[in-house]
Amino acid sequence: MKACLLEATAIEKSFGENAVLRGIDLALSAGETLSLMGPSGCGKTTVLRMIVGLIKPDRGKITLFGREMTHPEDDESTIDLKRRIGIVFQGGALFDSLNVGENVAFPLRYCLGLTDEGEIERRVFEVLEQVELPGTESLMPAELSGGMKKRIAIARALVHEPDILLLDEPTTGLDPQTARHIDRLVSEIGKRRNLGILAVTHDLVTAIGISDTILLMDRGKISWRGTPEEWKTSEDPNVRKFATGLRPVRAGRTVCP
Amino acid sequence: MEIFRWLGKIAIGFFETLGFFSLFLLKSARGIFRGKWSRTDLSKQLERVGVSSIFVVSITSAFTGMVMAVQTIDQFVRFGATNYIGGVIGLSMVRGMSPVLTGLVVTGRVGAAMAAEISSMRITEQLDALQAFGLDDVAFVGSPRLVAGLVMLPLLTIYSFVIGIGGGYLFVVTRGIHSVTFLKSLEALLEPSDIFGGLLKAAFFGIIISTTACAEGFRAGNGAIGVGEATTRAVVWSNMLILAFNYILSTILFGGIR
Repeated sequence: MKACLLEATAIEKSFGENAVLRGIDLALSAGETLSLMGPSGCGKTTVLRMIVGLIKPDRGKITLFGREMTHPEDDESTIDLKRRIGIVFQGGALFDSLNVGENVAFPLRYCLGLTDEGEIERRVFEVLEQVELPGTESLMPAELSGGMKKRIAIARALVHEPDILLLDEPTTGLDPQTARHIDRLVSEIGKRRNLGILAVTHDLVTAIGISDTILLMDRGKISWRGTPEEWKTSEDPNVRKFATGLRPVRAGRTVCP
Repeated sequence: MEIFRWLGKIAIGFFETLGFFSLFLLKSARGIFRGKWSRTDLSKQLERVGVSSIFVVSITSAFTGMVMAVQTIDQFVRFGATNYIGGVIGLSMVRGMSPVLTGLVVTGRVGAAMAAEISSMRITEQLDALQAFGLDDVAFVGSPRLVAGLVMLPLLTIYSFVIGIGGGYLFVVTRGIHSVTFLKSLEALLEPSDIFGGLLKAAFFGIIISTTACAEGFRAGNGAIGVGEATTRAVVWSNMLILAFNYILSTILFGGIR
């Protein structure tokens, strides 16, 4: 049986009068990839931010690596657990003042406390090769394209060898070719490292391409869950409604040539 | 009734902001000793606050010293008190003008840039990324900037003393007053406690500049507009607090309450 890395049970969250999450349950195991889909504003990113402790739930329970982290103590063991998670933010969140090499080395220096520059350089080089961007160490984030930023952000999230990878809209704003490139990278690295991956996405092609399980959120709840194959044949009205969004506005035009 | 509600709202906002700055300062100060922050970032901030402000501090201080001499020299000559002119210019610069001007200039030059940088980090999730890495974002970003303000403002103020008094001296000697008269008067009137008081003020202003800039950056929101708003608020608050603390510290240090 695979180890359960992350479990969220009956998570609820409101911002003022607006109840964003109304009882979310999900579990993620090592080597498993979940995609959390749903319309804009349905609370997908809120779930992700709760897992890394940026937002506290009003009710419910979050367990990371077997330890309850709903309202964690601000101590070293909590920080150590947080460091077993790598996160890729929607815009990449690369540090503007640091070059690519320094950005990717950041978790090694400040999470793992590495001081051996040779070791840091080697690990940065390795992970940049994995995301197929070797030799970009000296570039500044402002010099990168959207797709490169995403890949550097993935490299930074993976360099300290986390057990969980959280992805917030990994392919949003990218052309289809770059988006599929990212999907392939995530899929390959996830399998190679036996990572638990939770991807928040609007992109159905990404969700079907990389996931073991797809979760569809609607009005603060998970309204449907199943495999990509089950998604394709599902008659669930929410699934159909979401999938309808892929149809072109003018009748008779097809998305794929 | 409406005016009281409006005034009450302003008063609550004012004290809320002061409370927020105080808490932020405490967290940044604690972070200096307990938090993780980058030594490289500290050297960048020291350079940013100190070295990059030298030119603008030079210009401001030199002209201020000269203007003080221009405005006072005739009165000193008329009352036959030219023996005091160096000391009076020196005291004015050291006790008040240099720390305040340096504070205001650094607020505009560096505080605004710091607030814009940090608010941009807020809206692009860079501060969230720090937290996600298990770091204390206030310590990581705020502590090096606090140290830079605390260290560099007094150093810049010493520099401003020299340039400001030098500016006054240059004008005075070109008007026929002997340089020895100027320097003797400076020596007679200026005491170490004046210099200490001026530097203490500068250290306070350094804390104010970095705290207001970082704190406003941290609470920025609302996209690009939020960056502009945070920068404006940081500059306005920093200037107001510098002027208010200048009065409070002047009263305590030089106002006879000792």
